[in-house]
Amino acid sequence: MPHTVTVPPDAQLAPLLRFYAAAVASRRRRMLLGMAVLASCVLVAAAGAEVDAGKFWAGIGNFGDYFSRLLLLDTGEPVWTDPAEWFWGLRRWVRLLGETLLIAYAGTLTGTIGAFAGGFLCSRNLVRTAPLRFVVRRLLEFCRTVPDIVFALIFVASFGLGAVPGVLAIAIHTTGALGKLFCEVVENIDIRPVEGIASTGGNWFAQVRFGALPQVLSNFASYALLRFEINVRGATVIGVVGAGGIGQDLIVAIRQFHTSDVSAILLLIILCVMAIDTLSERLRHRLLSLESRQ
Amino acid sequence: MSDSPADLRAAFLARRVDMQAAYPRVFSGFWRARAFTLVLAGGALAVYLAALVILEFSPGIILHGLGRLADIAVLMLPPSPGGWERFLLYLDALGQTLSIALLGTLAAALLGLPLGFLAARNVVANRLLHLATRRGLDSIRSIDTLIWALIWINVVGLGPFAGALAIASTDLAAFAKLMSEAIEAADHRPVEGVAAAGGGHLARIRFGIVPQVLPVLASQVLYFFESNTRSATIIGVVGAGGIGLYLAEAIRVLEWRETSFLILMVLVTVAAIDALSQRLRGARPRGA
Repeated sequence: MPHTVTVPPDAQLAPLLRFYAAAVASRRRRMLLGMAVLASCVLVAAAGAEVDAGKFWAGIGNFGDYFSRLLLLDTGEPVWTDPAEWFWGLRRWVRLLGETLLIAYAGTLTGTIGAFAGGFLCSRNLVRTAPLRFVVRRLLEFCRTVPDIVFALIFVASFGLGAVPGVLAIAIHTTGALGKLFCEVVENIDIRPVEGIASTGGNWFAQVRFGALPQVLSNFASYALLRFEINVRGATVIGVVGAGGIGQDLIVAIRQFHTSDVSAILLLIILCVMAIDTLSERLRHRLLSLESRQ
Repeated sequence: MSDSPADLRAAFLARRVDMQAAYPRVFSGFWRARAFTLVLAGGALAVYLAALVILEFSPGIILHGLGRLADIAVLMLPPSPGGWERFLLYLDALGQTLSIALLGTLAAALLGLPLGFLAARNVVANRLLHLATRRGLDSIRSIDTLIWALIWINVVGLGPFAGALAIASTDLAAFAKLMSEAIEAADHRPVEGVAAAGGGHLARIRFGIVPQVLPVLASQVLYFFESNTRSATIIGVVGAGGIGLYLAEAIRVLEWRETSFLILMVLVTVAAIDALSQRLRGARPRGA
């Protein structure tokens, strides 16, 4: 079957072409305008952030230098020639890394408990008292917006140096971040099981326990695991302000230019974080498959 | 006959053996499923308690700390910047924080897009290159922004520039990962169309894939800008510019009223940025 392309006469084509050109031109104009606004924002920001191209060029050489120096021992030899010397503090670092993981774990679990209560209390479908919802919502927002390092600084001032302020700071931030997610999960449940429990005379706790909880538990667990991954990263730096974990040793090594220590600790952190990420991803997939089977 | 729960329960208990014989599937496996949950919860709780003991939690420390925390909370009221000049100084620092967030996010997006192509399976056929890029990005992402800030301070010196570079470093990897996922999920028919019209490898990427992933990138840039205003407030703690510097300083010298004022400033800014970016996302024209 032969294909024929019908070309309309020029008289018909001209207005269509004009229309097409106008449409393209208006899109271009909008795009250019957006670009111009963005560019001016960037210029203002660059001035605000004291960006200096000259300093950057000088610095970028330093950057390469710095990273190659990270891989040199104090003797000037590359690190891989003497792993025992490179990881001289392995026992201490592994212990600190273990402490970091425990801080992340304790903080996440404590925060999850708080978020569990908060998530139910601020959900529109289970709580009818608007003022209560409002207060809980603002409280979660506050916990979420203030960075965990700021909480850690304040807690170090009140609880003293150590892991305790670290755990508490992570717990509060987790309560805020997870509470919001939990609340969304609870607001999306099927309300019929809850009404079923209510119709047999169950009180509010029975409604939540038997009507809502079974629907949300696997989602909660998967969000909590995701948060645990984030908190492991957060716990590695919480020591920077004196709140326990490996961050304290890392900042000392960086500040005092013990370059091979920096690379050793960073390597341990990277390995640890990757291991936790992989593990928790597996668990989350298992949880999701559990849910889809039901 | 009334159907109150108590009556139903009594009726059931009377016929329990019959019921169990009639509906074996409802009654079996109940304890097995429950035991699994109990063991899991018990294990989690045991690790939790062990963690609290190892991390030296004790009722004494908690009570003492809570008491001091309450004192501090009282000292924080009312929030005050401690003078008009200092307020202007803080405002300037807040602007710096926003600048750091904006520059860091944009730099990360610009560098993350090409890296995302390298990490995407359907663009780079070389398995080794693809895997190496992914692992490299994962390593970059494992290092927290604060650590990047410390490293960049050693390279470009103290100040907001180091902060912007730190934010760009962390988010570079996150952007590249998101982009590679968007690219792998992209519709392959436009790419085939360009190929059928005789387009080369670059033309296929430019006209087949880029128009599909650019909207994803745009909305992600907004999300990241939002979360980066939060991150940018803390990198000042290690000296990388912005309001965090003053916040950490106020806490160190125990100026609690200034501390609470600075926290309030951060809260208001973050809320404003949230509202702004929500509007921008809503107003984004179709297909742009």
